Amino acid sequence: MAPESWYLALSAVLFAIGVVGVIVRRDPLIIFMSIELMLNAANLAFVAFGHRLGSADGQAIVFFVMAVAAAEVAVGLAIIVAIFRLRRRLSVDDLSLMRW
Amino acid sequence: MGRVAFVLIAGIAVGSALGLVLKRNPIHAALFLVVNLGSVAVLYLTLGAQFLAVAQVAVYAGAIMVLFLFAIFVLIPGKEETGPDPRRAYRIMALPVGALLLLLLGFVVAVGTRGGAPAPAAPDGVEAIARLLFTDYLLPFEVTSVLLLAAMVGVLLLARRRTD
Repeated sequence: MAPESWYLALSAVLFAIGVVGVIVRRDPLIIFMSIELMLNAANLAFVAFGHRLGSADGQAIVFFVMAVAAAEVAVGLAIIVAIFRLRRRLSVDDLSLMRW
Repeated sequence: MGRVAFVLIAGIAVGSALGLVLKRNPIHAALFLVVNLGSVAVLYLTLGAQFLAVAQVAVYAGAIMVLFLFAIFVLIPGKEETGPDPRRAYRIMALPVGALLLLLLGFVVAVGTRGGAPAPAAPDGVEAIARLLFTDYLLPFEVTSVLLLAAMVGVLLLARRRTD
């Protein structure tokens, strides 16, 4: 089986792709999906570390991350839908109300 | 054998992640994300985390992605990215920033995992995580249910139509 460092390298690559996605895209839904990608990369690192250390704590933390991610997605999508109802457009560039 | 399988699955994961970031159509992006989550679930299996692999497929690829697809169907987005980008110069900066981040992370991984003792026998399987969740992590486990309830109520509040 592949060494854990390979899993960590893959996790780093996925996280970097997620960061680029968050910066590059204008569609809030795809930005959201990129955030999910980053969460997933962090989860993979947790499981790899847990496997290396021979403990299941990494897996337990990933379980909680999944639960929080589910709650976060539900609330985030509700916010996006509410913004869309208000503005009829959906681009993060328009949402500059809270910028100074 | 295991390494070949890892490289294959990792290639699928990275390719689908790139597809997610590069595809213009949000439905394609969502399907790419499903592929990515599935390949990561397979990687969980190779790490001996069977419970997480199943939870990944059920919670992420099942529930969360269905939620995303519903949101896409309701909103019909994708039109706002067709016009010229007024902030193109800033967005190009994402590539060097991402490359730098990848470089740093790769450096940390390379330095941090060098040498070290071989891993002790990992307590694989569902039993180890079940024991942890219901002993050491019992309080967070119960708090999670409150969190999910709060999220549900919050979503209902946010997404209702204002009739007053």
